[in-house]
Amino acid sequence: MSQVLEQLLNALVIGSFYALVALGYSMVYGIIRLINFAHGDLYMLGAFFGYSALLLLGKTFLGTGVTGILAAMLTAMALTGGLGVLVERIAYRPLRGSPRIILLITALGMSLFLENAVMVFKPWGASFRVYPVTLGRAGFDLFGVHIGYAHLAIFAMALFLMAGLHLFVEKSVWGKAMRAVAFDREAAQLMGINANRMISMGFFLGSIMAAAAGVMAGLYYGQINFLMGFLVGLKAFTASVLGGIGNLPGAMLGGMLLGVLEVFGTSAVGGQWKDVFAFGALILILVFKPTGLLGERTAGRM
Amino acid sequence: MNTGNVRSAGPGRGRLARTAGVVLLLAAAVALPFVSSSPYVLDVAILMLFYMCLALGLNVVVGYAGLLDLGYAAYFAVGAYTLGILTRTFHVNFWQALAAAGLFAMLLGLLIGMTVLRLRSDYLTMVTLGFGEIIRITANNLKITGGPTGIFGIMAPKVFGLSLGQPRNMYFVMLVLVVLTTVAMAHLGNSRVGRAWACLREDQDAAEAMGINTLGYKLLAYMTGTFWGGLTGAFFAVKMTAVSPNSFSFMQSVTVLMAVVMGGMGSVPGVILGGALVILLPELLRNVADWRYLVFGAALVLLMLFRPVGLWPARSGREREV
Repeated sequence: MSQVLEQLLNALVIGSFYALVALGYSMVYGIIRLINFAHGDLYMLGAFFGYSALLLLGKTFLGTGVTGILAAMLTAMALTGGLGVLVERIAYRPLRGSPRIILLITALGMSLFLENAVMVFKPWGASFRVYPVTLGRAGFDLFGVHIGYAHLAIFAMALFLMAGLHLFVEKSVWGKAMRAVAFDREAAQLMGINANRMISMGFFLGSIMAAAAGVMAGLYYGQINFLMGFLVGLKAFTASVLGGIGNLPGAMLGGMLLGVLEVFGTSAVGGQWKDVFAFGALILILVFKPTGLLGERTAGRM
Repeated sequence: MNTGNVRSAGPGRGRLARTAGVVLLLAAAVALPFVSSSPYVLDVAILMLFYMCLALGLNVVVGYAGLLDLGYAAYFAVGAYTLGILTRTFHVNFWQALAAAGLFAMLLGLLIGMTVLRLRSDYLTMVTLGFGEIIRITANNLKITGGPTGIFGIMAPKVFGLSLGQPRNMYFVMLVLVVLTTVAMAHLGNSRVGRAWACLREDQDAAEAMGINTLGYKLLAYMTGTFWGGLTGAFFAVKMTAVSPNSFSFMQSVTVLMAVVMGGMGSVPGVILGGALVILLPELLRNVADWRYLVFGAALVLLMLFRPVGLWPARSGREREV
């Protein structure tokens, strides 16, 4: 029993990474109907920016304590956010209105480019990098379950970010404008909304969520690699489809569910089949309920 | 290689020049192993032929029918493994194993196609990617596929008395296969079925309204592509004398897709050019090997931005816009 609870905590931590990355997929899809293939790589880049920031900031007064980690995370989020906007500006915006297959191939090329740019960049490189800070095992026991403070902190941080994003999109004027563009771009433009700026904002918000997840994953797993974004990107896409793509609460729910499915699936049939769960789930959802759990859009567009 | 619109080519000088070009190219291809005795050149040439074959197969799926498949390497793998397992473990003769490899890949294509081809393009892409990974992971973990080490010691068969263990013989067999594939694919593209695919690719709803059985034609395109992938995979297993899961990664699918996109989706001469380029360019970039996929990625993006129809498109830009 206690083991199940401990695994559940792990599942929620991993699930929150998926959920954060899934938010970006969902948001971008909601606004411009593009599956941004390069989104998983923004998560990877976030992890690398966080890695370098921790190395650099660790030498200053900030240290590698909580403040240092938060500062590194904010740095990574800002840099990745800017990069996400840049990617949209350079590669996707000129192709708006082209056939979807062209956009999809562009996104694929962008993903390859980002991965390999990190690989050939000397300070980062192709091998696994060990994160400069590792999480302590300190924590408390609850009903015989060891609960690490660090795990709780990661989970809380993820929830905080998701709640913040949710409030921003639902309550702020900017969020409202963004939703208007997602709903009907032309009508929104007629009402005086700068659609390009809103699309950039969607990319920015998605990218900073992915970057935060990347830094947290680096802290959680202890090592990062230039290919780490590929699988997570696919799984996060699965998560957003699971919840209903284009639906932000759905992306969060989907991420958590996928984390649980994966952790318990692994303990049931072994780690080497782990990745099959996500892909299997993706195929089953798309075949039987392509609108996802919380999605409302009709299947007419399929 | 004569796929372009036959009507617009007409019987005039253009067609004559094209025929002359094809004859010259073929003559050069036949002469190559006699001109150069370097094993390296022959090896690269064989690899180019493999990628031309794969690109021609994928072109049916992506170029003709407009279904973006990112798991094509899976069928290549299924063909290679089928041949490996049948000849190595069950001692089936080469021709039967070859047929089985193509058919088995096609059967898998049918099964997967039936489940996913109802999906819209971008969802379809992700699902094919997922299936590609599932097949790779499966090959990595099953006993019959030899796990991560794969299957090795695949014997080179004799084809018409010639051992395929000889690189020069392998080269000619592949050349014949490419020529046959080219002719078949060009005819397929211009046939009634090919026109139905084009219609489907341009506007699925309109195609459906015109009474085209969209799912059926998509399946047909998918199965043609997967059959060709499997067949090529079987030859690949013979050439390498070994099969391992690492040869069938996601990057493999991307490389073949790159060949199709770079050359020009739906254009037979284009994808042949593309198949040659995806092998030739990395070879030329060999001393900066780390940069290979960086260049690939950038090239894909730039190509889509500035020339989305590819280097040798199926039709002229003007006609395409109409």
